[in-house]
Amino acid sequence: MLSTNRESPPPAVGRAAMKKELPEQFKAHRHVWVFIELERGKVHPVSFELLGEGRKLADKLGVQLAGVVLGPPGEFTWFAIAEAFAYGADLAYLVEAPLLADYRNEPFTKALTELVTTYKPEILLLGATTLGRDLAGSVATTLLTGLTADCTELDVDADGSLAATRPTFGGSLLCTIYTLNCRPQMATVRPRVMAMPQRGNNQIGRVIQHDVPMIEEEIVTKVVGFLSDGLSATANLAYADVVVAGGLGLGAAENLNLVKKLAQTIGADYGCSRPLVQKGWMPADRQIGQTGKTIRPKLYIAAGISGAIQHRVGVEGADLILAINTDPNAPIFDFAHLGVVTDAIRLLPSLTELFTHRLSPHSRDKLAN
Amino acid sequence: MHIVICIKQVPDSTQIRVHPVTNTIMRQGVPTIINPYDLFAMEEALRLRDRHGGEVTVLTMGPPMAEDALRKVLTYGADRAVLLTDRHFAGSDTLATSFALSQAIAKIGESFGTPDIVFTGKQTIDGDTAQVGPGIAKRLDLLQLTYVAKIASIDLDAREITVERRSEGGTQTLKSKLPCLITMLEGSNEIRRGSLDDALRAARSAIVKWSAADAGIEDLTKCGLRGSPTVVKRVFAPPERAEKAEQIDTTEKTPRDLAEELIAGIFLRQPALKSELAFCGDA
Ligand SMILES: Cc1cc2nc3c(=O)[nH]c(=O)nc-3n(C[C@H](O)[C@H](O)[C@H](O)COP(=O)(O)OP(=O)(O)OC[C@H]3O[C@@H](n4cnc5c(N)ncnc54)[C@H](O)[C@@H]3O)c2cc1C
Repeated sequence: MLSTNRESPPPAVGRAAMKKELPEQFKAHRHVWVFIELERGKVHPVSFELLGEGRKLADKLGVQLAGVVLGPPGEFTWFAIAEAFAYGADLAYLVEAPLLADYRNEPFTKALTELVTTYKPEILLLGATTLGRDLAGSVATTLLTGLTADCTELDVDADGSLAATRPTFGGSLLCTIYTLNCRPQMATVRPRVMAMPQRGNNQIGRVIQHDVPMIEEEIVTKVVGFLSDGLSATANLAYADVVVAGGLGLGAAENLNLVKKLAQTIGADYGCSRPLVQKGWMPADRQIGQTGKTIRPKLYIAAGISGAIQHRVGVEGADLILAINTDPNAPIFDFAHLGVVTDAIRLLPSLTELFTHRLSPHSRDKLAN
Repeated sequence: MHIVICIKQVPDSTQIRVHPVTNTIMRQGVPTIINPYDLFAMEEALRLRDRHGGEVTVLTMGPPMAEDALRKVLTYGADRAVLLTDRHFAGSDTLATSFALSQAIAKIGESFGTPDIVFTGKQTIDGDTAQVGPGIAKRLDLLQLTYVAKIASIDLDAREITVERRSEGGTQTLKSKLPCLITMLEGSNEIRRGSLDDALRAARSAIVKWSAADAGIEDLTKCGLRGSPTVVKRVFAPPERAEKAEQIDTTEKTPRDLAEELIAGIFLRQPALKSELAFCGDA
């Protein structure tokens, strides 16, 4: 949320001292809400990650956790609500209307804003997806409250304020931001930044249905088409268990085949650093990092990637980072767990070959399907 | 057609440091550029103007030196540049920034004609929030089209616009109305080189400089720190990881030897992967 002209703020202590008694109209605000993102009938997994995080905040504050579902009448919304309960929500708010079928800014902003003014949450969390960012900005501006984008850490401090930490300046710095004197305190979080919580068995709870009077004729913007990315692996990069990625160190576009081949052999997904996208060697949705995807695999293999801060912030959540780089001083070795200083172009084929031998016939069959 | 584009001058370097005592950002000596995403918005705006006629006004809010960024956009062919600069804007968060910019856009509308489209980049590279565009749209009650990859068509008589916007799982085609606010994705168009004529004209052009009062902003409590519900409490460098990567010794080893060791290293640290991927052998 750091923005224009922030370069010379007064010392931090002075700013924090700006906190006054919360204005009367906000005192009734309670509970933590998570916006459950439902696009084309499917819940975006970031909503579950947020429920996990929201649960912790709600417990610290001693308040309830609610999932908020906006969608068309039908089974999908109810399925989303059941899932919200399974991932820890105490209650759910639901607005059902046919015009909430596809995401559009106008009706979604109206519905979410009205829910907030009616039921007064203290904290409202959304995924920092294209939908979440589009919606959060409009809702926060309508409510004239604070919104902190792309948080990497959320906490509640001693006096009950939400402390939202986010990267700024392309990830070179982190800052902790508070929303003082306004409610709700809003934040977005990118997919895969928070861990996926355990799914419980409970799928029932209190559902509060709310009607927002809206008719299709009032909504100017119409959805006239949707082209799905389909079942291509790109959509799953953020959720892959194993990811192999190549960087500029691979030297030429055709060497990316070495990355793809290894990925295919071990059932991994593949990605790249930003310069490769800029060179047109890989499509943008394969880019990993600050301005690309955040990944959280069990294993990340980075070949010929220097490990610049903008790349680092996208891969730090990986359980095991393995780096292959010719330069022993490459920054990637500062955060990788296992490193080898060698030519990736020579090593990758050997890795692929060896893995092929080690792969059981069973998993080879599995991967072939 | 009148198009307004909002741009921001941002630090070029990622080598920003934090002052160890005051915990503030030290930007001194860091070169600045136009936020790269804004250039795609600018290109789209200029193309629309070239095709349909009209004018492009470029707007920025920032310190006096942001004039350089505006002049650059004039060399690309913008018709007019407005710099909104005032000490009252210092410390603005996205809510306060969108307030100030929306007021300036309203004033631009009064002075030079109501805009049909307001463009912004999808986000800035220093703040990375993607919130200012939606904020401006809401403040001005404009229809909002974010993450637009392509303007498919525009019908000025019917005041209709059709765009393709990226969503998580695909591309949505939206039909909407003018006036609207569009945030533009990267890479939609190749950015033009400025012509010599434009460069000469830009050098001669006066830049419109507005203070808060000039832009018609009466309520200063909505600006700067006072108008910002969020406050930055702490700025700090990402924590260093204590230990560096464990290095595999490479002396006199073939790629195959190294691959053996790497695979062994992987399974030592992540035994679960072994069963999940159903590897066999004693790797
Ligand atoms: C606002 C902003 C946002 C950005 N967002 C992202 C982002 O989301 N994702 C991202 O990745 N970057 C991003 N970047 C770019 C980032 O700063 C780096 O420039 C980029 O990550 C570098 O990519 P690279 O490591 O592939 O290339 P380089 O920095 O060129 O590094 C190549 C590496 O390969 C090594 N190498 C060379 N030959 C070999 C070989 N034969 N075998 C093995 N290793 C070899 C070299 O030693 C070197 O370390 C962003 C930058 C900015 C300013």
